Amino acid sequence: MFTSKSIAVCVSVLTSASAALAQSPQFGRPIEPADIAAWDISIGPDGAGLPPGRGTAIEGEAIYVAKCQACHGDKGIGPSVALAGALVGGMGTLAPDKTPIKTVGSYWPYATTLFDYVRRAMPFQESKSLTADEVYAVTAYILDLNGIVGSNDVIDAQSLPKVRMPNRDGFIPFPRNPK
Amino acid sequence: MVRKTHPEPGDPAAGNGILSRRIFLEGALVASATGAGLSRGSAEPLTVQPWMKVPGPGFAGYGQPSPFESKVIKVFPPPPNPAGVGASRTPLHMLEGMITPSGLHFERSHSGVPEIDPDQHRLVIHGLVKRPLVFTVEALSRYPMQSRIAFIECGGNSQALNAPQAQPLNVAAIHGLLGCSEWTGVRLSTLLDEAGIEPQARWVIAEGADAAAMSRSIPLAKAMDDALLCLYQNGERVRPSNGYPVRLLLPGFEGNMNVKWLRRLKLTADPAMTKDETSKYTILLKDEKAWQFVFPMEVKSVITRPSPGLKLRGPGFYEISGQAWSGNGSIRQVDVSADGGRSWAPAALQGPILPKAPVRFRAAWQWHGGPAVLQSRATDDTGMVQPTRAQFGDERGLRGVYHYNAIASWRIDEKGEASNVYV
Repeated sequence: MFTSKSIAVCVSVLTSASAALAQSPQFGRPIEPADIAAWDISIGPDGAGLPPGRGTAIEGEAIYVAKCQACHGDKGIGPSVALAGALVGGMGTLAPDKTPIKTVGSYWPYATTLFDYVRRAMPFQESKSLTADEVYAVTAYILDLNGIVGSNDVIDAQSLPKVRMPNRDGFIPFPRNPK
Repeated sequence: MVRKTHPEPGDPAAGNGILSRRIFLEGALVASATGAGLSRGSAEPLTVQPWMKVPGPGFAGYGQPSPFESKVIKVFPPPPNPAGVGASRTPLHMLEGMITPSGLHFERSHSGVPEIDPDQHRLVIHGLVKRPLVFTVEALSRYPMQSRIAFIECGGNSQALNAPQAQPLNVAAIHGLLGCSEWTGVRLSTLLDEAGIEPQARWVIAEGADAAAMSRSIPLAKAMDDALLCLYQNGERVRPSNGYPVRLLLPGFEGNMNVKWLRRLKLTADPAMTKDETSKYTILLKDEKAWQFVFPMEVKSVITRPSPGLKLRGPGFYEISGQAWSGNGSIRQVDVSADGGRSWAPAALQGPILPKAPVRFRAAWQWHGGPAVLQSRATDDTGMVQPTRAQFGDERGLRGVYHYNAIASWRIDEKGEASNVYV
C-alpha cells in the first residue's frame, strides 16, 4: 500500500533518474597512456610505435633457425606447415597469367608489417616471447633472404620504415566500398 | 517455354522442371501438375514404438541435439596445421532457415581459441581520443544494448571456386565459411563518443586477445555507423570460438574484420597496414595490382539442397533451398535455374528479409530424372546482381582468392547425385 510519503519518494527517485538519463551512461574508467604501453603493440607504416632496439640479418639467422625454421622452412622456402606460407621468393610471379607466390619479398608492401606481425604473433608456440632486438634481427634476416636489405644493415626504428618493399605500389583501392 | 499471365501452383516457370513459386506462396501443391513425389504404394502398418512405453530421461543443464543428428557437425581439415589454426566450416547442407546454431557457426582463427576469463578481460580504447578508457566485461554489460540478425562471411569463403577445374567438394567445404546469428551488444559509437574522438581520427585499429593478437584497421565511419560490440550470440553469451567474451560485429564487412576476443581499439589517422590487410585479404587482379581494403561481402547466393552428398531419390518433386545475402543491403530477388542458367524463375523468399542477413529462398522443382544444372542468382536492393563465373573472372581474374561471389552450379546426374561443376 502506498502512503503519500512513499509516493513522494518515488517521484523524487524518478526525477533524479530522468536527470541521469539525459546524459549517456559512462562506465569506462580513465587510463593513462603509460598504463596502456604494455598492450600498445600497433606499428604504423611510418614506423610509429616501433620500440628501441636493433638487429642485423647475420644476428637474425640463428634466431630464425631456432624459432622459425621448423614451420617456415630452410631460408624461408618450402614451409612444412602449409598455412605458414613461403616467406621468400616469388619475385615476378604477380605478373598476369602467372600463378602468384605471395611472399614478404614479392607481395608485402611495408617492412613495418613484418616487425609488427612477428612481434605480436610469432613464434607460433610462444608468441610475444622475442625481445625487440630479436624481432629486429629476424626481420632483417627475412628481408635479407629476399634481397631487400644487406646482411650487415642495421634494422631499427629509424631504418625499418625507410626500407622500400618491391611491391610497395602494388595496391589500389577497391572501387565499391560503401561511402 | 509458354508462360501464362497468372501461373498456377505447379505450373512450369523455367526450363528443366522449375515450377512456379506460387506453390510456396499459396501452400498448395497440385499433384496432377507435379506428377506427385515418391512412389505411392501402401505404407507399413503402424506399431507403438518402445519410447512410448517407458518414461524418457530427465532434464539436462544444457540441451544437446539428438544423438541421431551426430553427423551434423562442422568440418575442418586434420593436422599437419597446428590445432585451432585455419577454419572449421558450417554444414550448410544440413541446416535450414536463416540462423546458424551457435555450435555450428564456422570458425576462423589464427592461433587457436583463447580461454578467456571474463573477469580478467579488458577492452581499452585509446589513440586519437580525448579520454583513453578501459572497460571490464561487466561494465560493457551495463550499457543499453541492441540486437540485430547479421551474417558473418569469411573473406576467403568459396575460394575453391577460383580453381581452374571444379573440385569434388560439397557445400560446406566450398561455402561453409558463412554463419548468421542474432548478435546483441553495445553500439561501438556509444563508447567512442564516451572516449571523445579527436578530429584527426579516421581509422580504428581493432585487436583480439588471442595469441596472434589478430588486428585489422576499420574505417571510423563504419565504427560510428552500425558496429556492435557483441556480448551475446543467439541469446546466450558469445561462444569462445566466436569471440567470447566480446567480439566486434561490422555488419556486411568481411569476416576477418569482425575481430574476436576484442581487447583493444586504437584510433589513428591512417590504417596500420597489418598482416591481414596487406599480405592477406587483398585481391590480386588480372594485372599485377591488388585491391586493398575490400570491405563489403557482395551479393551472393548458394543452393544448399540439393547439393553434393544429398542424393535425389528418384524423379519427382523437390524443393530447391538455399541462402542469399549481401553485405551492401537486403536481398530483393533470387532466381533459380535447372538448366545451367539458360532459363530462370524467381524463387520464393522466406521472411523476414533483413539488411546484411541471409535470406532463405525456395523453389519448386519437378525433376524428370535427366541431367540438370542447378544455379541460384541473387539481386540485392542496391541493384547489384550476382555475377556469373565468367563475368566475375572478366572483371578481376581468378587469382584473387578472396571475396568470391559468382553463381555456383550443382550438376545433377541421372542417378540423382549432385556435384560441383563449372558451366
